[in-house]
Amino acid sequence: MNPLALIGHTILALTREAGAISMFAWRGVSSALAPPWYFNQLGAQLLRIGYFSLPVVGLTAIFTGAALALNIYTGGARFNAEQFVPNIVVLGITRELGPVLASLMLAGRVSAAMAAEIGAMRVTEQIDALKTLSTDPFRFLVGPRILAAVISVPILVLVADIIGVMGGWAVSTQILGFNGATYIRNSIDFVTEWDVVSGLIKAAVFGFIIALMGCYHGYNSARGAQGVGRATTNAVVSAAILIFAANYVLTTLFV
Amino acid sequence: MTETLETPKISIRDVHKSFGNNHVLKGVDLDVSAGRSMVVIGGSGTGKSVLLKCILGLIKPDSGTISIDGEAVTGLSERGRTKVMAQFGMLFQGGALFDSLSVWENVAFRLLYADGVGRAKAKVRAIAALAQVNLGPEIVTLNPAELSGGMQKRVGLARAIVAKPEILFFDEPTTGLDPITADVIDNLIRRQVSALGATAVSITHDMGSVRKIADDVAMIHEGKIIWRGLAREVDNSGNAYVEQFVTGSEDGPIKVLAR
Repeated sequence: MNPLALIGHTILALTREAGAISMFAWRGVSSALAPPWYFNQLGAQLLRIGYFSLPVVGLTAIFTGAALALNIYTGGARFNAEQFVPNIVVLGITRELGPVLASLMLAGRVSAAMAAEIGAMRVTEQIDALKTLSTDPFRFLVGPRILAAVISVPILVLVADIIGVMGGWAVSTQILGFNGATYIRNSIDFVTEWDVVSGLIKAAVFGFIIALMGCYHGYNSARGAQGVGRATTNAVVSAAILIFAANYVLTTLFV
Repeated sequence: MTETLETPKISIRDVHKSFGNNHVLKGVDLDVSAGRSMVVIGGSGTGKSVLLKCILGLIKPDSGTISIDGEAVTGLSERGRTKVMAQFGMLFQGGALFDSLSVWENVAFRLLYADGVGRAKAKVRAIAALAQVNLGPEIVTLNPAELSGGMQKRVGLARAIVAKPEILFFDEPTTGLDPITADVIDNLIRRQVSALGATAVSITHDMGSVRKIADDVAMIHEGKIIWRGLAREVDNSGNAYVEQFVTGSEDGPIKVLAR
């Protein structure tokens, strides 16, 4: 194929996909905000996305905080700045690593599960069945998932922030010889409300992206096991890329 | 063939539908009278399922009109379509039961989520609907995955009839079932359609099913209705396509590509 035509086709395909995702997002958000609300669906999703993701997010945070403390100590030692470990750990966790790493783990866990579940519902005509039962699939499936993710991911990130800081504290006090109480006091004195809040705003946006990609790719899944498999992969990959892109945009706004 | 002057319950006029270069429906015209059971027959890939999904509003036709009780439903908004759906009941080929819900919640789904019926009342009605398709209360708390194919079809039928719809749709109701279970399903469909006084539209290529559940039969071939008549006329249709389909012979005007 002519290289120019190839570029043109690619741009057209990307534009079409972006348009389709935007339309889907609009329908999803308006479904989440307008009645009828399916509170039992919302509750189930809050449980699945929030509560059942706690172990994954907690483990990610504790090891990230611990590794971060070691790296900052090693780097800081080069110019006698080891004492800044608590400050940089708390800043790095709350503003960047907490929201980004927790959301990446959730992209793997939640986006994939949503895409697989909704994709299987598409393939087995359950989504068509919802329509014939006078139930809008967007209100029943997409809206509650988006709302649940936007609510629960910031809460998970807040938990990740605390656990991540404690991971840094554990390494610093047990291996690097920091005083425990001083470490905590330094962390609390240094971190600002905005550091935490900006991370939570990022988390809400990432939660939206995670649910949107899971629902979008599942809802538009092709027929067969291969179609559902592809939808699941696309959901995770696109959610991860969009999280990185959104993180950069939000970071430039928040600095 | 029965010809009446009254408005058909379902009227389909010059409906076309293509997917890319694949022209599936090429001008379908079909009327279904109120209280009649219409079965659309035809080989695989002739457009039966697409036609059914167009009537249900799950697929939007490229052109043509579909009317219910004389009112066009093809251009309805999502909200208007939801209202029309309230008078439909549908049995899907694979059951399409929600595997995250129990049997009774599947049956009572419309009552719970669309009609706002309380859980206790909805459960009573679901159990009554299950009894109508010969399923006992012992299965109500099971998950659909724990049921056999025939039982899933019966649960699907109970879900279709629980809200007493005016129009019932059946997509290949006996596909994948053994002959005895298929006969049970056919009898249940016939009995429930009669009990509700509903209009029914089924698609199938199972001639045993056709003889059991049909009042009227239409044959679709290459995206058009090529014959329609009473069910008792199907064996003496005088139409070479219908005759080949009924006898299941390889020889005739319908050419099946070697697979």
